[in-house]
Amino acid sequence: MITLEHVYILAGAMFIVFSWLSLRDRSNTKRFGNAGFWMLLAISFLAGSEIGDLANGILVLGLVALGGTGAMGLGKPHTTTPQERAARAERRGNALFGPALIIPLVAVAGTLTLKSAMIAGAPLLDGKQVTLISLALGIVIALVVAMLWLKPPGLAPLEEGRRLADTIGWAAILPQMLAALGAVFALSGVGDAVGTIATTWLPLGHPFAAVATYCIGMALFTAVMGNAFAAFPVMTAAVGVPLIVHKFGGDPTIMGAIGMLSGFCGTLTTPMAANFNIVPAALLELPDRDAVIKVQIPTAIPLLIGNVLLMYALVFRF
Amino acid sequence: MWTLLGIGVVVAGFLIRLNPLLVIIAAALVTGIAAGLGPVEILSAFGKAFNDSRYVSIVWLVLPVIGLLEREGLQERARTLISKVHAATTGRLLIAYLFVRQITAALGLMSFGGHAQMVRPLIAPMAEGAAESRLGALSDKTRHLIRAHAAGADNVGAFFGEDIFIAVGSILLIKGFMEQSGFDIEPLHLSLWAIPTAVLAFTIHATRLFLLDRKLKRLHEAEQRGEDAA
Repeated sequence: MITLEHVYILAGAMFIVFSWLSLRDRSNTKRFGNAGFWMLLAISFLAGSEIGDLANGILVLGLVALGGTGAMGLGKPHTTTPQERAARAERRGNALFGPALIIPLVAVAGTLTLKSAMIAGAPLLDGKQVTLISLALGIVIALVVAMLWLKPPGLAPLEEGRRLADTIGWAAILPQMLAALGAVFALSGVGDAVGTIATTWLPLGHPFAAVATYCIGMALFTAVMGNAFAAFPVMTAAVGVPLIVHKFGGDPTIMGAIGMLSGFCGTLTTPMAANFNIVPAALLELPDRDAVIKVQIPTAIPLLIGNVLLMYALVFRF
Repeated sequence: MWTLLGIGVVVAGFLIRLNPLLVIIAAALVTGIAAGLGPVEILSAFGKAFNDSRYVSIVWLVLPVIGLLEREGLQERARTLISKVHAATTGRLLIAYLFVRQITAALGLMSFGGHAQMVRPLIAPMAEGAAESRLGALSDKTRHLIRAHAAGADNVGAFFGEDIFIAVGSILLIKGFMEQSGFDIEPLHLSLWAIPTAVLAFTIHATRLFLLDRKLKRLHEAEQRGEDAA
């Protein structure tokens, strides 16, 4: 049965090669930093399930020591010039889109069909992880097709992958770091403390005040935690259920649905939602780390106001 | 209450633009110590959660394929293709992508889009190409604004589409939590009540993208004038 562990081995192998290629790249004065960072990440993917929690924690400290202190530079893998690219784009034509589109198509088709696929009486893959495994499958198929068709030098995809990985740099582990911080927050009872503040300090005598507090609280708390999933249980237990549902007789389904979406407005505005906001800025080579957030805030604010009004209009009516 | 210090560390750290990795480690330590945890305990909890969330980094597997296609001119091809569609503007293209992203997410097809596999190789170059064929060569500032909007369209579409799909994580979380609180609610109803916000999100964001074309034109003209004056 194919599980996430197999995908992790693939990722680990890729990072090992990135590390090795970084080490050979003398044009990068910080090559040891890059090599060390990608090697530690490789170890995390290959051995993370074996080495225990504390060792994983120490491994993270190593990653932070390299990624957080400017020890990484930009490698210069051999790649094509803009002129060569324009010429090749002309020659290859629209077929170039083919391999790129294979990835989402296989990921989607796999998600829809492979969930309970059997092979020789055993499940083909871990049904709970079907989306992620299908994504990896799509990537592998796209890579094979692209290699057979384009016939680049054997190391080209890994050198090009390293080129992109270096532009992302330390931000590559930011989403995982924030998820881990969320876990420490949960363990330390941060959510309960926020809930206490919301209920102790805010005037919630009117249904509209309760709805506004709940929605805006969801957005703010999501912005702090970077994740609406962390905010939802806290705000709903502190404000949603006792006030909107029990005291004012609101509908729990509508409250839950619009409450969660109010949290998503917060996700649009925060660097803590790194994989949506900070990583793309790195990936698109934007000099301003917050550029994506800046274009999203003017949507997030009116949408949050809209959510408050929608909830107030609907939650007490059905 | 002292556990909230960690949140203060995060906010302050981001505001003074320290490296986020350092900020996060500091916030975890401060929060854990405030809650009475020892350093080993904090580090273990942190390491475990880091390890458990490796799945979010699987997307980096896409880098070799995307890099290889870029080497062969994928981004250039995306620009050429869009410049041949005369009706295409940056705003219209991104509205179309926002729509498709939202609809596919609503059908549970979250893996259709994404920043590494869709926005960087295809959507961002197309959005830039559309502006180039209207305005000519673009300044870095304009180019970066267009790219940021390409990422924004992906996010807005994904966030406000996915909750219409009944089996998505957030719907299951809402159902699970409300069940613990004594309410039995139907995932399908949660999905239906996500639709008004989805429509509103599309309306607001599509309007902004519609206005983006004008903004780009203004920006470009102002830059041209600035150059002439200099």
